Amino acid sequence: MNQKTHKPINGWDIAFKIFLTIFMVIFLVVTLYPVINTIALSFNDGTDAVRGGIYLWPRVFSVKSYSTVLQMENLLTGFKISVLRTVIGTLSSLAINALLAFVLSRKRFLFASQLSFFYVITMYVNGGLIPTFILYRNLGLMNSFSVYWVTGLVSAWNMLVLRTYMKGLSESLEESAQLDGAGYFTIFVKIISPLCKPVYATIALFVAVWQWNNWFDAMIYNRMATDLTVLQYELMKLLSSVMNQSSSATSAKEAAGANTITPITVRSAASVITMLPIICVYPFLQRYFVTGLTIGGVKE
Amino acid sequence: MAKSAATISAPRKDRKFTWKEVKRQKVLLIIALIVFLYGILFYYLPLFGWATAFIQYKPKFGIFGSSFIGFDKFKFLFTNESIGFWRVMRNTFCMGALNLVTSTFMAVLFAILLNEIKPNLIKKPIQTVSYLPHFLSWIVVTGILHSALSSTGIINDVLITLGVTDQAINFFAFPEYFWAIVAFANVWKETGWNAIIYLAAITSIDPTLYEAASIDGAGRWAKIKYITLPGIKPTFMILLLINVGNVLNAGFEVQYLLGNGLVKKVSETIDIFVLKWGISQNDFSLGTAAGIFKSAISILLIVLCNAWAKHAGEERLF
Repeated sequence: MNQKTHKPINGWDIAFKIFLTIFMVIFLVVTLYPVINTIALSFNDGTDAVRGGIYLWPRVFSVKSYSTVLQMENLLTGFKISVLRTVIGTLSSLAINALLAFVLSRKRFLFASQLSFFYVITMYVNGGLIPTFILYRNLGLMNSFSVYWVTGLVSAWNMLVLRTYMKGLSESLEESAQLDGAGYFTIFVKIISPLCKPVYATIALFVAVWQWNNWFDAMIYNRMATDLTVLQYELMKLLSSVMNQSSSATSAKEAAGANTITPITVRSAASVITMLPIICVYPFLQRYFVTGLTIGGVKE
Repeated sequence: MAKSAATISAPRKDRKFTWKEVKRQKVLLIIALIVFLYGILFYYLPLFGWATAFIQYKPKFGIFGSSFIGFDKFKFLFTNESIGFWRVMRNTFCMGALNLVTSTFMAVLFAILLNEIKPNLIKKPIQTVSYLPHFLSWIVVTGILHSALSSTGIINDVLITLGVTDQAINFFAFPEYFWAIVAFANVWKETGWNAIIYLAAITSIDPTLYEAASIDGAGRWAKIKYITLPGIKPTFMILLLINVGNVLNAGFEVQYLLGNGLVKKVSETIDIFVLKWGISQNDFSLGTAAGIFKSAISILLIVLCNAWAKHAGEERLF
């Protein structure tokens, strides 16, 4: 790019425009193509898809892959548990982080700096996989639904975002409510929370996405409990059986229950079902997460 | 994050520790106590679990009943060639650094270029699309990547059509492609998301600077070079410092999901190593030792980079 700076400004501006257009077109194609291709494959006939050459649109339309997926017991269980953990995990985590942020953003609260510091440390130092594993096992969290939501309830980062937002709210509302005899709980529910809707939406989205996409805890802690499996983990088993096959090598990961190769159309259909809920929701929450990231992220 | 850390220690004027005050805010104190106990249990207790690395841990006897072995596990980790710990360290560090460089570069580039698009009708849809991959799980992303790079996938189709190769390349069978594939996967997934903060930083640059530059006859390139880039430098530095501390943490899901027997030598990271030895082989002590070493190096990296930033007079974390 640099060698062109010698040219007159006008010529450079045109070159820049061309470069900008090409960059953005490539960016859009690279980002969207794989997703569209997956959707196209999922609606194509299974035996026809083996021939390859399906790009943006199904060649022989069929919804059979979806009916196959919907008959897979493990995927259905996974879907149910994933929905449950997303709903319960998001609501409980949002409630507790909001309460904590509320407490920490009260000017009068006696231990605000100490408790904040206590949680900020957890962002930088943690016990690591094995000590955590031992702890959860001792707490009886193996093979339980609780491991999905109890373990990640308080998140320092989410709490900081909420706290920053609450600190920015006017205090006069709260003071006048207190004069009217309202307790802290009433202030939290009736005054602060309604004003925090945008930041609540942001945090809820972050937690929900994390819950929906997490599969590691299911693999580590609930491997034996087939009725507590999650959608992502079942999808992984479905996909990894193929990956191992195509690279003609056995890998450390488990491919139980998927010994035969699942047709690419069925795998695509399962992927589409897995990504659909989030794809449908996130465009509407854009404004929220952009502001949320900006307050929580870095100093301006 | 730096800002929040600074405000924590800010003095509060109207706080007085009296019984009357304690009674007045007992609801707050009860909530704080519950959350504090939760933190002790789920975040601080695992830290005491680091003791596991210094004993021959036997689940039956617990931490206090197992025999003390000192630094034996660390010695074994560093000196035993067959477990390949240094190779795993190298993989983690190189992939982490490569990912950091490529994804930061792409995020900055994307943010600057997107900012140059003036009509919102074009800018907004591009931005919305750019967030999409961030919301997909690594399972889905690696699945997509796998079919794109498979023998009947789009990449091989294109390469064959262009005549670059006459036979489909099995990208996942060659160690030399692996790091690049991982870096690409990270860039694909996170560019739009990482650009959010840079875009916010660009937006907060005083618009009069651009106007003044235009009057002086500066073109787009000059404005980017002399206004936009210096404007986002503080953000860039803070994010760099935060991310350098995470270089060793950034390697699990992709490598685990894309790795296979043929590329094991370059794909295994510390986290995979810990999982393999700690959970699968049940050597909790060795797994913990590797985890502690990783944490120590991460903290060292943060401190070193912070000191360097201080020395160079740049933004810093602490």
